[in-house]
Amino acid sequence: MAERGRVIVIGAGIIGAAIARSLVRGGSDVVVLDRGPSAGGTSSSGEGNLLVSDKGPGSELELMQRSLELWREIGPQLRDELPSGFPGLELEYKGGLVVATTEQGAQGLREFAAQQRTAGVLAEEVGEEQVRQLEPDLTRNYTSAVYYPQDAQVQPVIATESLLASARSGGAQVHQGVEVLGAVTSGSRITGVRTSNGDFLGDAVVVAAGPWSGQLAAKLGASLPVKPRRGTVMVTTRMPQRIQHKVYDADYVGAVGSGAADLQVSSVVESTAAGTVLIGSSRERRGFDDRIEARVLAALAAKALLLFPFLSDVAVMRAYGGFRPFMPDHLPVIGADPRVPGLWHATGHEGAGIGLSLATAEILTRELLETPGENPFRVDRPSLQPYLEEAA
Amino acid sequence: MSEKACQVLIIGGGPAGMSAARAALAGGAQVVLLEAGDALGGQFWRHLPESRKGGEEQVLHHKWRHFNTVQRELRDDPGCEVVLGAHVWAIERPDGGQAPAVHVMVGPPDGADREPRTYLPQSIIFATGGQERTLPFPGWDLPGVYTAGAAQALAKGERVAVGQRVLVAGAGPFLLPVVTSLIRTGATVIGVAEASGWKRLAKGWLSRPWELAATRSKAGELGGYLREMVHHRVPYRAGTTVIAAHGEESVESVTLARLDADWKPVPGTQRRVEVDAVCVSHGFVPRTELALTVGCTVDAHGFVVVDDQQRTSVENVFCAGELTGIGGVDLALAEGEIAGATAAGTQPRASVVKARNVFRAFAERLQTAHGIRPGWQTWPEPGTTLCRCEDVTVGEVREVAAATQARGLRSLKLTTRAGLGPCQGRTCGRNTEEILSSCGLLDPGRTARRPIAIPVRLGELAATTSSQREETP
Ligand SMILES: Cc1cc2nc3c(=O)[nH]c(=O)nc-3n(C[C@H](O)[C@H](O)[C@H](O)COP(=O)(O)OP(=O)(O)OC[C@H]3O[C@@H](n4cnc5c(N)ncnc54)[C@H](O)[C@@H]3O)c2cc1C
Repeated sequence: MAERGRVIVIGAGIIGAAIARSLVRGGSDVVVLDRGPSAGGTSSSGEGNLLVSDKGPGSELELMQRSLELWREIGPQLRDELPSGFPGLELEYKGGLVVATTEQGAQGLREFAAQQRTAGVLAEEVGEEQVRQLEPDLTRNYTSAVYYPQDAQVQPVIATESLLASARSGGAQVHQGVEVLGAVTSGSRITGVRTSNGDFLGDAVVVAAGPWSGQLAAKLGASLPVKPRRGTVMVTTRMPQRIQHKVYDADYVGAVGSGAADLQVSSVVESTAAGTVLIGSSRERRGFDDRIEARVLAALAAKALLLFPFLSDVAVMRAYGGFRPFMPDHLPVIGADPRVPGLWHATGHEGAGIGLSLATAEILTRELLETPGENPFRVDRPSLQPYLEEAA
Repeated sequence: MSEKACQVLIIGGGPAGMSAARAALAGGAQVVLLEAGDALGGQFWRHLPESRKGGEEQVLHHKWRHFNTVQRELRDDPGCEVVLGAHVWAIERPDGGQAPAVHVMVGPPDGADREPRTYLPQSIIFATGGQERTLPFPGWDLPGVYTAGAAQALAKGERVAVGQRVLVAGAGPFLLPVVTSLIRTGATVIGVAEASGWKRLAKGWLSRPWELAATRSKAGELGGYLREMVHHRVPYRAGTTVIAAHGEESVESVTLARLDADWKPVPGTQRRVEVDAVCVSHGFVPRTELALTVGCTVDAHGFVVVDDQQRTSVENVFCAGELTGIGGVDLALAEGEIAGATAAGTQPRASVVKARNVFRAFAERLQTAHGIRPGWQTWPEPGTTLCRCEDVTVGEVREVAAATQARGLRSLKLTTRAGLGPCQGRTCGRNTEEILSSCGLLDPGRTARRPIAIPVRLGELAATTSSQREETP
């Protein structure tokens, strides 16, 4: 099903941007459409963690492991492709420390780390002395700590804009402020999109609209059970650096894996290059309600203090949030939609879309430009079937 | 954490807020007035602490007596709770048609045990005022360059002059009281540079002069300042401004230039003038974070849109004073009174509605005569600081915008870091937006959004949750 012609990518978030760059490099003629500005959706509303620590063995972990390889390669490539004044990706391999604070949590963490090791994740339980070395200011009240040297981070907005700029320099057109309203069809096949700015025709249409992908797919003739899962992040004022790694409480793993609708908070605390401390993040299914709520901030603060009591006197100066594109079976959708010929999806990455973007683009490009292969993320996978019917 | 219901909650204890409180009380409402500072009065009635009173207040402060009366009334009325040191850090848009919940920390900002409170009002009046807007020019961040407001605060509050040879530059009649305050602290003001030219000044102030008659008190106030300026032979130049400040450790001289109608420097008109201090004030920006968080509609200049009763687009939410437009103390007093009366469910006095309309027209004249013009964007050089907190230059912002071709402020803030520092874009936000406006921004106004209205310590935040577990460090 090679479609080397013109591809319309809907969404200028990190997923759309990564796909645009990769398709351009594969020889496609690419048009990116976004109803808002580039990097104006979820990709500028979260953090830039590239994590293996929160993923158990399985296809998502493999996708992340492949992405990490690609993130290593892409830094120097982008430096070559982009003008010298372009801000750097702030790619940093700082490593993560997962900390359990209860006996039960310690048990779960150890078991999880053991499974991860069988899948090639470096996950090392560290003793008292090493914990002191890694994070001198960590609470003494922890029951177990596992160090993940592969965890990394990137500045997600700069990453998105870099990928887009690279795609542009390869010939892609990026239209901001153009909303896709519906499909242009020929028989059962989608041959373009109707937009707020007229029709755009193409040989393939890729939905990369983040948490709005469900609404968009419906307009294009296919149901997709993507739901928004709200997250809030806090940023402190600047201070001398006292946190060296990404530090998470062990509940994080549970919260990521769960689909519960009510508020879950598990902290990820880290220092940024600017000297601020980033405290993330909450998970809550509240539709597209974009309020930043005091009760959520309070819960985030309380969790962060469990890890780093010294933060008590540090002030929070900013809070922001967004909507993770949540999938009911916890896997992104990447590939052709068998229900509508010409329609493709690359969405539903929930809280890991920044990390997973590069490998996602690689799979989509391979499927679209070469021969489709074994793909655990395809739309018609069995685990998604019941939800597709429900969403229809 | 305590939750308190109340009828009318007013945020901001300046002229607008005090006037609103008084009117709401007169309307029979039970009122809570929150003020972050340690005294009522706001910026206009900034005064010495009781103990250091120098007896000069009547001279330095217009309408001082009125202030004292209202303050006494509010203090003595059992239906009014005035909370000083009340820092509103968050506000929440509720689900239904109620008014928002207001989260406050009460106590000195760096005090160890501020008391967290949440107010659940039936109506809310924002009277959070505005702050000066300073446009960036080369050297604007040198020591010795003050905002006019800071200079005036030093003069009024501390009786300290910022320098001996001081130049006052910017736009608007608010430059005049600054000159007066400086003169009274013993400084020599070597000149006032008003950026707007005579033509625009005439258009703003001289058209339909009969309408101005109604604003006699205002004209009288300004006239007083003018007389004092003339008396001290302070030269006033229109269509002129400071486009650069120079100096090693601190400011030693400035470059003055004549400006065209768009505030672009006219070639060949530049000259150096020696000074040891400069006070600049180019305009005002409203403090809208709370209003924006609850969803109030704002206009293209960032001011909150209100109807004739001072109602915003959000049910049970009112605004008064500089949030709705810059018009001085008389407008603030009138708007406050109307908002307070309406929030209490009563009709505002006809005379005050009339006064409000008159002073609103005055505010429009102000905008016509002195409003900031886009030509200022030619003053900065590439290396001129735009965002002081994060040390971002005008050149960097332009370069990154050109490289990314982004049309979103959210993206541009995060790629340039402009506005991400401790002041959260309060100083540079509008300037950054205007510098970037040529990108065709799709989300203008965004730099004014701040869901956390003031910094709050993590320990304080955590203490507001019941799910907090005990931690022994
Ligand atoms: C609080 C929080 C923290 C997070 N932390 C991390 C993290 O640490 N690491 C990580 O990897 N991930 C993280 N994520 C998740 C990550 O941000 C997302 O998975 C990722 O950004 C999704 O990218 P996207 O391109 O799919 O969506 P988006 O960035 O949302 O892009 C979709 C775009 O589609 C556009 N669009 C929608 N509808 C239309 C239409 N009809 N027409 C045209 N355009 C349309 C939108 O305007 C938008 O720009 C976090 C998310 C949140 C909310």
